[in-house]
Amino acid sequence: MYVAVKGGERAIENAHAWLAEERRGDPSVPELSVAQIRTQMALAVNRVMAEGSLYDPDLAALAIKQARGDLIEAVFLIRAYRTTLPRFGASRPVETGDMRCDRRISATFKDAPGGQVLGPTFDYTHRLLDFKLAAEGEVPPAPQSETQAGPVPHITDFLNRDGLIQTEERSDEAPPDLTRQPLEFPANRALRLQALTRGDEGFVLGLAYSTQRGYARNHAFVGELRIGRVTVEMEVPELGFAIAIGEVELTECETVNQFAGSKTEPAQFTRGYGLVFGQTERKAISMALVDRALRWRELGEDNLGAPAQDEEFVLSHCDNIQATGFLEHIKLPHYVDFQSELELVRRLRAEAQAAREAAE
Amino acid sequence: MDRKVWMGLLARAPAEVLDGLWRGLGLVPAYRWLRAPEVGGVMVQGRAGGTGAPFNLGEMTVTRCALALEGGAVGHAYVQGRDKRQAEQAALVDALMQGPEAGRVRAAVLEPLAAEMEARAGLRAAKAAATKVEFFTLVRGDD
Repeated sequence: MYVAVKGGERAIENAHAWLAEERRGDPSVPELSVAQIRTQMALAVNRVMAEGSLYDPDLAALAIKQARGDLIEAVFLIRAYRTTLPRFGASRPVETGDMRCDRRISATFKDAPGGQVLGPTFDYTHRLLDFKLAAEGEVPPAPQSETQAGPVPHITDFLNRDGLIQTEERSDEAPPDLTRQPLEFPANRALRLQALTRGDEGFVLGLAYSTQRGYARNHAFVGELRIGRVTVEMEVPELGFAIAIGEVELTECETVNQFAGSKTEPAQFTRGYGLVFGQTERKAISMALVDRALRWRELGEDNLGAPAQDEEFVLSHCDNIQATGFLEHIKLPHYVDFQSELELVRRLRAEAQAAREAAE
Repeated sequence: MDRKVWMGLLARAPAEVLDGLWRGLGLVPAYRWLRAPEVGGVMVQGRAGGTGAPFNLGEMTVTRCALALEGGAVGHAYVQGRDKRQAEQAALVDALMQGPEAGRVRAAVLEPLAAEMEARAGLRAAKAAATKVEFFTLVRGDD
């Protein structure tokens, strides 16, 4: 517990003035614009939107500027802003099968119908620092090819046609919303997916990696990874019909995992699912692995006691704003708490000393 | 182009493109607000596994408004982001599309807007198509 302290107003004001000056940095270097951050630090913007749980690239870029590039601080700013917005409603579930894909790959089928499209990826780059970027220069335009019209169906649809993978039962049940009700356990899959998609990328990545290293291993293949734009539609009561209210960039990962099955049911692949705002593929793959690990109960698997299987552990600790709020509060004044502990330690020492002297 | 289509187009329009087209139209209709522009959030939903039960993915910013022209036509707008001018222009277009100016608004605003947005999407699709690959699995020799 920490108690209110008084005083220090001038020091606080001066500290914030200095923060503003340090944020600006060397005035002989041109100032960053929000548009520059939005367009040239796009993957940082995407991460802030995903973990801030608010799709608005301009706001995320502003938050990154204000936070001096501290992405968790930027997420904090976005979460705080989000709470000031009136909620107009919920969209219809987005149709990722209709995604206009920039990228679409499968690690399981080389001849995926609709083709494999690399998109603007870091894959196959040499990870050598490119000193040309340290100098200003024109970038040649990216090559273009003829596009083929036609749907790009989900790869799991093909497996499902033969019954080789578990079906995701379609429903229109209203999902729980952890921004409105506190987390309660056991959590259903909808609540787990909401917590994971806004969870800290590093935490979800670490848990996903732990499943690969053997803590509740589930043998995941990336059945499909796609990045692109989907239309968001919402029913508008005053119109009486649904309209498109926008378009968001999403990353979707579907994993194909080892089997479920029994004496009565034939063996079937199982699934994990990741869906995240923006181009955020490390996060989406991580989410799919952790989603799959958390499904042990519904898939009739054993609880191996692995961290990634423990929904209370995962969901209670994946939110970096809750975590940093609690972690960082311990640096705020705790003088009264500490004073009482100091007195306790002094008393214990005095008692021990007295006991020793009495024994001698 | 029906109302659902043009409202969706206006919602997703780049604000600066709509602004340029609206100014080019040169109409300054008198109107009164039924609901002044208001910024809010919409919870975007996905489906587990892409096709299963819905879950909450996160919110997006949306600006909405409603207005009535002097003739009585009511225009609504829900546009992505926080641009109140875009919402106002979208609601004016929606209202005008229900009256005698519909043909002119369609030709000067909606059709060029649709063409511009299609061109932008087409450019991304063409760049994506240039990165399409054919993977070959190599057959290992026996020797």
